[in-house]
Amino acid sequence: MAIVRASGLSKTYRVADKQPGLRGTVRHFLRRRTRDVAAVKGVSFSIEPGEVVGFLGPNGAGKTTTLKMLTGLIHPSGGQLEVAGHTPWRRQRTFLECITLVMGQKQQLIWDLPPLDSLRVNAAVYGIPDAIANRRIQELAEMLELGEELTRPVRKLSLGQRMKAELLAALLHEPQVLFLDEPTLGLDVNAQARVRQFLADYNQRTGATVLLTSHYMADITALCPRVLLIHEGALFYDGSLVGLSEQLAPWRQVRLELAHPLPADAFAGYGEIESLEGSEVRLLIPREQLTASVNRLLANHEVVDLEVSDPPIEELIGRLFRQGSLEAFR
Amino acid sequence: MAARRRLWHGLRVARTLWATQYAYMLEYRAEIALWALSGVVPFIMLGVWSAAGTAAQASGFSQPELARYFLCAFVARQFSVVWVVWQFEEDALQGRLSPYLLQPLHPLWRYVASHQAEQATRLPFVLVIAALFFLLQPLAFALPGPGRALLGVLAVGLAFAINFLLQSLIAACCFWTERASALERLLYIPYLFLSGLVAPLESFPEPVRAWALRTPFPLMVAFPARLLSGDPFPTGPHALSIAGGFGAMALWIVLLVPLLVLVWRAGVRRYSAMGA
Repeated sequence: MAIVRASGLSKTYRVADKQPGLRGTVRHFLRRRTRDVAAVKGVSFSIEPGEVVGFLGPNGAGKTTTLKMLTGLIHPSGGQLEVAGHTPWRRQRTFLECITLVMGQKQQLIWDLPPLDSLRVNAAVYGIPDAIANRRIQELAEMLELGEELTRPVRKLSLGQRMKAELLAALLHEPQVLFLDEPTLGLDVNAQARVRQFLADYNQRTGATVLLTSHYMADITALCPRVLLIHEGALFYDGSLVGLSEQLAPWRQVRLELAHPLPADAFAGYGEIESLEGSEVRLLIPREQLTASVNRLLANHEVVDLEVSDPPIEELIGRLFRQGSLEAFR
Repeated sequence: MAARRRLWHGLRVARTLWATQYAYMLEYRAEIALWALSGVVPFIMLGVWSAAGTAAQASGFSQPELARYFLCAFVARQFSVVWVVWQFEEDALQGRLSPYLLQPLHPLWRYVASHQAEQATRLPFVLVIAALFFLLQPLAFALPGPGRALLGVLAVGLAFAINFLLQSLIAACCFWTERASALERLLYIPYLFLSGLVAPLESFPEPVRAWALRTPFPLMVAFPARLLSGDPFPTGPHALSIAGGFGAMALWIVLLVPLLVLVWRAGVRRYSAMGA
């Protein structure tokens, strides 16, 4: 049974519309204009317990708004929503006890005190007995490689240490569903890798469900077998990462090293030439023609080396978001 | 059994929040000392009123009583001062409110704890100022009996509760307008003049006094100050008695609590989690 179920979920914000300059300011003061912005438009999906799902989309696509609705922070304008058997926006105690939201750029730790003080507050608020809270803090701190950082004021911690302490605070009550909004934002490569490893271990150990948004594709490829792709408030793809790759790139990349350089027209009919430099050529060949084309290439040319690969998913998604077009899914 | 468990849970949350907020406030003790010093309006007013001695007498105060009244007004103000609207507005704008809303504890309890912790941090500074005051005004020295002192402390606590509820109502307007603190200014002016902070209520013309007593403002300073001073309460029409004062306080709290609950619920429905 799904632990997260969204059906026709939508959210419309009313925003002030002001033109720049003095004239615009006066006009705005005298007659305030607003317009409705549909941030999320009829999104439907469900997530099974224990799944780790990546939530992808360019800036302003509606990812964070969807997460806010899933956690109950904001009310949906329409649609049905159920998380862990609860209607999120009611924010009942039993619901709040089984979810957590981690936002990469926001913190819940008290800035001038050591993380342990905030952890004590969380333990009391969630009604976790001291002995159990201490045991969990110890276990999570070990997994996150946190030690004396827990007794240092938060303001004195590095960004990576702070994010790890934030994760510890967010997971102290052992939530069933984790909503993570850019948890590795701004961290260096090593810190990102450690946070990723921690999340993977945590999911394995507790069976918690994870919905993760990230601009770092490495987070998504390392953690999420399934992804949801959202653009301009609408859901465009829901499926495996591999399937997304196939849909975004219906061709495969073939790199050939030839015994002798050949002109470009020697490769006409095999696929699109991506690059040709001396005796090295890179071709983009439609997936369904791959076997036949490779056989012909090997039969017709003197090939020293051959490599077939998928284009990196990071590159595909990055290109997709840069272009701002999702024609492949329409 | 469940009620007992809930009570223990509530006490544990209160104790932990208070201890944490106290530790936080101690980090800012110098700032808090300055805040305590900045609340000297009653002392300035004492100077003004002492200069106009006849006016003081006309309002039924002897000089030492007047001095005690303003000292107690200072003390009452120190322990009932509320800044939740600014803190809440900043938290809402900076996105810090969102994590609070996602925890199984009403966010306002955190602000209650931080105010209480701040008051505890102020206590030594207020005691020092009071001691200095009595050194400078030895004729004004008098301590209330234990009963009056206890009632005075209770009244200060209830004054804080009324002030906190009123400001929380305004703070909840942050769900509609980002700058709710501007609305607080609307409360500050009547508070300043009708609370008894700049002049004892008895010095007001009778119609003004009658009107003031229909508002919660005299209950926030004048009433607890009178109790703490140990001096007798005035009698006659439009005068506040001890029972009447506590009754009015209870009435305001009973009115404000459900109103705040309603406004809060409506506001949270509009919350857009900006900055988060």
